[in-house]
Amino acid sequence: MRNVGIVFRRELASYFATPLALVFIVIFLVLASAFAFYLGGFYERGQADLAPFFNYHPWLYLFLIPALSMRLWAEERKSGSIELLMTLPVTLTQAVLGKYLAAWAFAGIALALTFPIWITVNFLGHPDNGAILAAYVGSFLMAGGFLAIGACLSAATRNQVIAFIITVVVCFGFLLSGFPLVLSLFEGWAPQAVIDAIASLSFYTHFQAISKGVIDLRDLIYFGTLIAAWLAANALVLDMKKAD
Amino acid sequence: MIEINHLTKRYGDLTAVDDISFAVQPGQVLGFLGPNGAGKSTTMKMITGFLAPTSGSVSVCGHDVVSEPLAAKTLMGYLPEGAPAYGEMTVQGFLHFIAEVRRLAGSARQRRLDDVIQRLALREVLAQPIDTLSKGYKRRVGLAQALLHDPKVLILDEPTDGLDPNQKHEVRTLINDMAADKIIVISTHILEEVDAVCNRAIIIADGRLLADDTPQALEARSRYHNAVTLRFEKHAEIAGIRRHVEALDEVAAVESSDKELRLTAFPKQGRVVLPAVSALAAREAWPLKELHLESGRLDEVFRTITSNPRRTAEVGHA
Repeated sequence: MRNVGIVFRRELASYFATPLALVFIVIFLVLASAFAFYLGGFYERGQADLAPFFNYHPWLYLFLIPALSMRLWAEERKSGSIELLMTLPVTLTQAVLGKYLAAWAFAGIALALTFPIWITVNFLGHPDNGAILAAYVGSFLMAGGFLAIGACLSAATRNQVIAFIITVVVCFGFLLSGFPLVLSLFEGWAPQAVIDAIASLSFYTHFQAISKGVIDLRDLIYFGTLIAAWLAANALVLDMKKAD
Repeated sequence: MIEINHLTKRYGDLTAVDDISFAVQPGQVLGFLGPNGAGKSTTMKMITGFLAPTSGSVSVCGHDVVSEPLAAKTLMGYLPEGAPAYGEMTVQGFLHFIAEVRRLAGSARQRRLDDVIQRLALREVLAQPIDTLSKGYKRRVGLAQALLHDPKVLILDEPTDGLDPNQKHEVRTLINDMAADKIIVISTHILEEVDAVCNRAIIIADGRLLADDTPQALEARSRYHNAVTLRFEKHAEIAGIRRHVEALDEVAAVESSDKELRLTAFPKQGRVVLPAVSALAAREAWPLKELHLESGRLDEVFRTITSNPRRTAEVGHA
């Protein structure tokens, strides 16, 4: 546990040692607000909630989270620092967890910095703050899901651009599988159970469920399992490919 | 003590390390020699637990690297090839990170940090990001990282690569200072380094261990061992001198060059030629500029051993 903390602190500090942190946070905040106000019609709807803000998070994450995760292991492999890390008295699991949690915490910081929009909506009306909190939790979990996928795929290559593109594609698949567009392809011929199964794989379905204000155990288990599975794959991929 | 038993690493059809066995005791500075791609780095990566062997085992002070990786890694300091580090970190931040991972705390931690910073002259770059440092400084940061916890076992992959002659000298002094109670394994392709710091040398090529001896014993394998080289003034008659030397009973062969005004006499097996040659030179009053006894040329031995690995291996084991 102590080693996870050491790796975590080093990794988190390294985000802020480069312009990456600033660029990421600024772009995240600008895009999150732009989507909420222009595309989501935050004012025009005349409702005191943050639905137009959270609705666009999956799309925002689709491109921004892979940009965050692509460097996680690809950079270590490219620079050779992975050899240093793996020969220090730190286990593979500790390294994978420490680095992943640092990236997740960083995404959490960016998300937390959107608090002015919460203040705004409270200033303008009387929103259901419990629902907003739940949506924040859902958004954070979804970011964690995207990041776990990205971390694993970043370990598979030493090229960050390839890591980015593959992560976007895989995350897109995980998002899209919950959309009517995809589900309608199956409707009418596939049994409802199959359609439900496909929909239940999607980030979008679970995120929507949580952002309505209900934190269901099933949604938590979904994100927990998904993250654990991708991180286990991450460790496996690293063990196989670390020296290539 | 490091024990390496029948260590083998295969990548598909390629055998990078082929059944290597040896042991290293405290106080030994082992030089790992071989052409590029011989398997030096791969062997070191397996000793330090970065790569899992295809077969065979490595144990460091009784801890098997595969089954007890943490115990083994705790005992070792490792400078990987190219001295990788986290480039965006400052030297200070990086060394503090290593100190934390190495469980150094309190006054011991400060003492060790001060010690490596002073030994490797890093004080003036402490606040600089590692990415902005010159190659020499990067290498020294890598060495500092490996030495920080004062490990019993040091594995250094090309520790002086990229250093200027002064820095090379400092690093060699550093290694010599630490050698007494540690196990040190360094890989290099600079042969003078072996003479300067190692008391044992292993030559590998194509993943196979071809020679394991002291640098002096390896030099003795050279045909230059105990040969005598003479240099002459401009007006010397090399051809005539050569005939005289060839006539000596102890001399097996002579090589000479009119252009360089140089002549080398090689002794017959187990004979010495120095007394006879120097007596002859005095008697004939040759216009000598220089006369010296060769101790053997490591680079020549290295070339002979590694240029035809398969045949030499058989001879070596015989």
